[in-house]
Amino acid sequence: MSTLDDAPDLLYSETEDDLRAAVRSLLTGRGDIPAALDRAESGAPYDTALWTSLAAGIGAAGLLVPEPLGGQGASHREAAVVLEELGRAVTPAPYLTSSVIATHTLLGCGTGDGGAVAKLLSALAEGRTVAVLAVPLSTGPDAPLPDTAPGAAIRAVADAAIADVLLVIGHDGLYAVETAAPGVTVRAQTPLDLTRPLSTVTVDAAALTAGTRLADAGTAEAAVRSGLLTGAGLLASEQLGLAEWCLEETVRHTRERHQFNRPVGSFQALKHRMAQLWLEVVSARAAARNAADALATDSSGVPLAVAVAQAYCGRVAVHAAEECVQLHGGIGMTWEHPAHLYLKRAKSAEIALGSTGSHRERLAVLTALPAPGRPTA
Amino acid sequence: MNAIDAAELRRRTRDLLAAHPPADTEPADFLKARFDAGLAWVHFPAGLGGLDAPRSLQSVVDAELAASGAPDNDPRRIGIGLGMAAPTILGFGTDEQKRRFLRPLWVGDEVWCQLFSEPGAGSDLAALGTRAVREGGSGANGEGGDWIVNGQKVWTSSAHLARWAILIARTDPALPKHRGITYFICDMTAPGVDVRPLRQITGEAEFNEVFLTDVRIPDAHRLGAVGDGWKVARTTLMNERVSIGGARLPREGGMIGPVSRTWRERPELRTHQLHQRLLALWVEAEVARLTGERLRQQLAVGRPGPEGSGLKLSFARLNQEISGLEVELLGDEGLLYDDWTMRRPELVDFTGREAGYRYLRSKGNSIEGGTSEVLLNIVAERVLGLPAEPRDDKDVAWKDLAR
Repeated sequence: MSTLDDAPDLLYSETEDDLRAAVRSLLTGRGDIPAALDRAESGAPYDTALWTSLAAGIGAAGLLVPEPLGGQGASHREAAVVLEELGRAVTPAPYLTSSVIATHTLLGCGTGDGGAVAKLLSALAEGRTVAVLAVPLSTGPDAPLPDTAPGAAIRAVADAAIADVLLVIGHDGLYAVETAAPGVTVRAQTPLDLTRPLSTVTVDAAALTAGTRLADAGTAEAAVRSGLLTGAGLLASEQLGLAEWCLEETVRHTRERHQFNRPVGSFQALKHRMAQLWLEVVSARAAARNAADALATDSSGVPLAVAVAQAYCGRVAVHAAEECVQLHGGIGMTWEHPAHLYLKRAKSAEIALGSTGSHRERLAVLTALPAPGRPTA
Repeated sequence: MNAIDAAELRRRTRDLLAAHPPADTEPADFLKARFDAGLAWVHFPAGLGGLDAPRSLQSVVDAELAASGAPDNDPRRIGIGLGMAAPTILGFGTDEQKRRFLRPLWVGDEVWCQLFSEPGAGSDLAALGTRAVREGGSGANGEGGDWIVNGQKVWTSSAHLARWAILIARTDPALPKHRGITYFICDMTAPGVDVRPLRQITGEAEFNEVFLTDVRIPDAHRLGAVGDGWKVARTTLMNERVSIGGARLPREGGMIGPVSRTWRERPELRTHQLHQRLLALWVEAEVARLTGERLRQQLAVGRPGPEGSGLKLSFARLNQEISGLEVELLGDEGLLYDDWTMRRPELVDFTGREAGYRYLRSKGNSIEGGTSEVLLNIVAERVLGLPAEPRDDKDVAWKDLAR
C-alpha cells in the first residue's frame, strides 16, 4: 500500500516487526538489569556475549553496510528499530557509536577497490570489530570538530573503552588507529550515564601516522558530519524506546501500588500526567520514524527531519524518565530500581549529538525563522 | 466472490468521469452521479453511495477525481452530516432511513446539526434532561406513536442552516442516566423548534441555542431501539473526535503558518524570548502534523491506532499557545481586534481572521468535542488501562441525581 504522494512512510514494515521481535527476545533473555548494574559498577559495563549475539548473531551490526561489503544492505529504518529496543532496555552496547556513526562515517569515505575502508566496514558488519569516532559525544552535526592537533585530549568519547579502532580526525584527513597501538591512551571517565561509558582519548603524532589514512581532509569532514547527522537522527529512536519503557513501567506500577485504599493510578492528577506522556510518546514515534525514513530514502529533507526529531524526542525521553522516577515515589530513587538508569541515559542522550537548543538553532536556519538581528536566510 | 480492487475502482471512476465530464456538468449533478455510482464512500453498501469495497481504497477514487478537477462536496460545510450523522445512520438506521437521508446528506442538499449538549449536560453528556414522551400509538405502551420532545440544547453549530438534526433525549427518567436515553432524527422545520444565535467570546455567533417545545417526532425517525440512545451516541462521538483531529495539513499548514510568516516579514518585531518559544512551538506543530500523517497511514492499512483522541488534545493546546504568542509578537497591533460585529458565519475559518480572533477562538478547542480534561481521562483509562474514576451516579435513577 503506497500513500497518495511522496509522504514519508511512518509505519513499521513486517521485516521491521520481525527484527524488533528478535532483538527484544534477545534482550529480554539476557539483558537483565541487576546484571547490568553489577557490570556497570565493576567498570566493564558491556556484556560481550550479548554484543556478539546482537551484532553477529542477529546481524544488527551490518544493517547499514551494503551486501557486497559483508553487511545486510538494509536501511536506517531497520537500524532505528534496533535502537528503539536498545533504548527500551538501556542496553550497554556500542551500537549507536560503532554500527551507526562510525559505520556511516566510513561509508562516506569511499569504499571502492577493497581498500582499507571496505575491509574495516566488513569487520564492523560482522561484529568482529568495534570502531568509534573520536569526538566528544556532545558533538552535533554542525558543531566545531575537536582539536585535531596530535596529542590533544579528546574528552567524553563514548564507547572508546570497548573499541578496537578509533576513527581520528587529523589535519590531512581521517585515520583509523588501533586502540591498542603505542601512543594511544584511552582513560575511562566517570559517566553520568552508566550504560554508555565515556573516555578521554589521546593519540600522539606517531600513532596517528602509523594508523591508516582513510580519506583526505575534505572527504573526511563531509563523512564525519554525515555520520553525526545520521547518529543524531537515529538517536531519536533510542530516545523513543526509552520513553516508551518509562511510560509502560509507570503505568504498570501505578496500577498495582495502593495508597489511600486505591491504586494510585486512579487519581486524576496522576492519570493526566501519564496520558500527557502517552501523547508525547506517540508524537515522538512520528518524529523518530520521519527521521529514520528520511535517512533511509536519502531525501533532501534529512537535515530538517533530524533537527525536528532531536529537538523533540530528547525532551520527551527526559520527561518520561523524570515522570517515571517521580510517579514511582520512593522506590524510584533507589539504586535497585532501574528508573535511574533510564533517567541517566535520557539526560545524557539529550546532550549527545547536539543539545535540544542547538538543534533548534539549526531549525531556525533551515526554516528561515532567524533570531533577532540576523538576516532572513 | 468478486472483490472490488483498486483497478476496478479506477475503471469505475473513469467511467463516471466519461459519463459526466466535470467541465460540462453542474457540480451538484456530478456529486449525485458519483453517489449513485457507489464512489462517494466506497466502504458503504451498494445503493447507499458505496460498493462494499475496503475503506482504504477510497484514496484510489479520490486521487482520480482530484486529478480530473471534479467538484468535491464541502466537508467543512457539511461536516456534522458527513462526519457524525452519516456513520450513525449507517450503523443504526433502518433501510428506509438510510435510503431517505444518506444521499441528500452526502451531496450537500441537506445540512445537518447535532442536538446533544445542554446547559446542564456538557462533559457529563449522559446527564441530559431533554424529555421525549410517546403519545398515542396502537401498542400497550404506546408503540408506534409519535414522540413529543421538550427541552433546551446548546452549542449547536449550523442549527440555523440545518434541515435535520441528530438528537438525544431522555425517554425514561427512572433508569440510571446512561440507560433511559433514545436517539432521534429531528426535523428542524417542525413547529416548536426555536433556534437562537449564541454570541460568543469572538463577538460572532457561530453556535446556537435550540429550544424544543412540544416538538413532534414520528417514531419512524427514531434511530436504534428505545433506551439505546447512549450506545448510538457513542458512535457519533467517536466519529466526531476523529473528524476534529483528522484534517491533513502541509508543513506550516495550521496556526503556526501565520505567525511564521509574520516573523519572516517583520524583523523589527523579533525578540530572543519569542524566538525560543516560536522554535519550540514550530517543532511541536511539525511533530503533531507528522503524528496525524502516521495516524492516517495506520487507518489506510486497516490498523487504526488510538492516536485520534490524542491529536485533538495536541492541536487544542498548540493552537492556544501559538495564537497567544502571535498576539504578543504583534505588540501594539496585538492590542487591537479586527471586528466585534455580530455575525453568523456559515463556515468556521480558524486561521482566516486576525491574531486576536485566532487567540480567542482557539480557547474553544479544548472545550468543544470533549474537554481536554475529559479526553485525558479517556486516554488514561481506555488506552493506558488505568483504573476508572470512582463514581456514584452509575446505578442511580436519573430523576434522583443531584442537579
